[in-house]
Amino acid sequence: MIQIRLHGRGGQGTVTAAELLASAAFDDGREAQAFPAFGVERRGAPVQAFCRISDASIRTRSQIYEPDIVIVQDTTLLGVVDVTGGLKSGGTLLMNTERDPKELGLNGDFRVVTVPATKIAMEILGRPITNTAIMGAFAAATGAISLEAIERNIKGRFRGDLGEKNVACAQRAYELVKGKEKK
Amino acid sequence: MRAILEGSHTVAEAVKLCRAQVVSAYPITPQTHIVEALAQKAANGEIQGEFVRVESEFSAASVCLGAAACGARAYSATTSQGLLLMAEVLFNIAGMRLPMVFTIANRSVSAPLNIWNDHQDSMTVRDSGWIQLWAEDCQELMDMHIQAYRIAEDHRVYLPVLVNMDGFILTHTYEPVEIPTQEEVDAFLPPFDPLFKLDPKDPVTLGAYVGPEKYHEVRYCLNESVEEAKPVIVEVAESFRKTFGRFQGDLLEGYQLEGAETIFIAMGSLVGTLKDTVDRMRKAGHPVGLLKLRCLRPFPGAEIHDAVKNAKNVIVLEKAISLGGGHIVATELRSAFYGRMPAPRIAGAVIGMGGRDITAESIEKVYQRVVEGGEEFFWADLKEEVLQEA
Repeated sequence: MIQIRLHGRGGQGTVTAAELLASAAFDDGREAQAFPAFGVERRGAPVQAFCRISDASIRTRSQIYEPDIVIVQDTTLLGVVDVTGGLKSGGTLLMNTERDPKELGLNGDFRVVTVPATKIAMEILGRPITNTAIMGAFAAATGAISLEAIERNIKGRFRGDLGEKNVACAQRAYELVKGKEKK
Repeated sequence: MRAILEGSHTVAEAVKLCRAQVVSAYPITPQTHIVEALAQKAANGEIQGEFVRVESEFSAASVCLGAAACGARAYSATTSQGLLLMAEVLFNIAGMRLPMVFTIANRSVSAPLNIWNDHQDSMTVRDSGWIQLWAEDCQELMDMHIQAYRIAEDHRVYLPVLVNMDGFILTHTYEPVEIPTQEEVDAFLPPFDPLFKLDPKDPVTLGAYVGPEKYHEVRYCLNESVEEAKPVIVEVAESFRKTFGRFQGDLLEGYQLEGAETIFIAMGSLVGTLKDTVDRMRKAGHPVGLLKLRCLRPFPGAEIHDAVKNAKNVIVLEKAISLGGGHIVATELRSAFYGRMPAPRIAGAVIGMGGRDITAESIEKVYQRVVEGGEEFFWADLKEEVLQEA
C-alpha cells in the first residue's frame, strides 16, 4: 500500500488533488481511498488530505502518520506544519516551489522533489490553483500512477477548455520536475 | 458499474436509485454534499420526485412526514444539531407509523461547537421508534439505503429507518463503489405500497389524540413492531445477497470470531480500521475478534450473546456517552446478558469523540487496559495535559 499525505491551504485544491490521485489510481486498476482533514473550513487555513493506493481493498480509515509520500502545495507551511513528520525512510517529499531541492535545507532520509506548480498554474490557468500541476509532478516523481490516467481523470472532472488547460498544467509539471532521480 | 466517488455522492446515487418521490432537507456540515448532489439531480431531471427546499430541519422532517402520510416515498438527511431540531418530528413519524429513510452524517453535538464525527447525535434519538442501521463503508451505504427502504415499507415492519454514516470519515471519502443498475434496484425494491394514506376522497385522521385508556397499548404495539423488525432485517439482507451477491451483515457481522478470546464490538466506519487491527493483533499472537453492530434498533441483545458467548472479554468501543448514565451500548449489552450463560466480561471504552482520530494503536491500548490491566469502563486516549488545563 502507498500512503500519501497532502499539505496545503484552504482554496488551493488540496482535497481535490487527493481525490484526483485516488481517482487516477482507480482508473489504473488499483484500489484507492482519499479523504480530507480540515482544520477550519476557510480559505488560507492549513489543510491536510490523505490518499491510500493499494492492490487489495482498503479498510483502515485512520489518518496517515507514516506516509510514503508527502505533497506540499505551499512552502509557507514549512515553518507552520511539520510536513516531514513520520515520512518513511526512503520516502518522497514533493514540494511546490520554484527553488531547487538542494536550496530548501530539508534534510532527512527522504528525497526532495520540486515543481514550480504555482508558476505553471498562473501561466496556464491564470489562477494559483496548483492541484493538477501537482498531479503531473506526482506521476513524474513516483511512477505510482500513469500520466495518462491522470489526464483522463482531469478531463473527467473539468469539462471543455478548463479540462484542456488543466491537462496542460499536468503535462508541463511532468516535464519540469526537479530531483526525481534517486539521491 | 464500479466507480470511484465521494461517500455523500454514493448516498445521493442510492437515493436516486431508490426512486425517492419527495426529498426535503436543510444543508448542514458534514451532510451538505448529499443534499447538494440531490438538488442537482432533481434540477437535472434525474430524480422524478420533488425536492422541497425548507428553512430548517424541523420543516424538512415535517415535509417528509406529510409526504409519507400521502403515500410518497420520502427522504431526508441531516446531522448533529439538525437531527436534534428534528427530534420532535421523528417521534411523531414513528408513532404515526410512516415508513421513510433518513441518512444521518453522524457528528458531535454542541456545545462546544465541533463539526467532526462521533455518534452522539443518533444515540440521542435511539428511543424514538426509528430502526437504526450503521454503515461501515461506502459500498455498504449504497446497499444499506436500498435495503432500508425495503425494510421500512415492508407491511410487517412499516416503520422509519435511520441510516447512519460517519461524518467526514465516510461522507467525504472517495472510494470505489459498485453501483447497481436502475433495473436491478427496481426488481429488488418495488414501489411503495402504503397501508393507509391521506386522501380527500376517503378522509382519515393520523396521529390523533389518544387518552390514557388506549395510549399505553399503542406504545406497547409500537415497541412490539420495532422488535419484530429483526427477522425482516435479516431476511432483506439475505435477499440482497441473493440478488446482488453482496453481504455486509444483517443485524450483526462477525469477523475472526473463531477462537477469539476477546471480541471488539463497534458500529460504523471504525469497523474497517478494527478489521485491519484484528488481523495485525492476531499476527502478534492476540486471540481477538470483532462483531460489527449493524443494527442498533431493534437491539440484537440475544443475537450478540449468541455470537460472543464463548469469549472471555467483550470490549465495546463507542463514540457517545449518556452523560451521567455511562456507556450506552456497553450498558445495554450488560442488561441483555444478565442471566444468560456463559457470561463473558463486558468492558467498554468511549473513543473518538468530536473527530479524535482512532488508530490501530488506540485500539491496542484499549485492549491492553481491559485484558492486561483489568479495567472495565473508561475513556480511551484522554490527554492528561488538556485535562490539566481544564
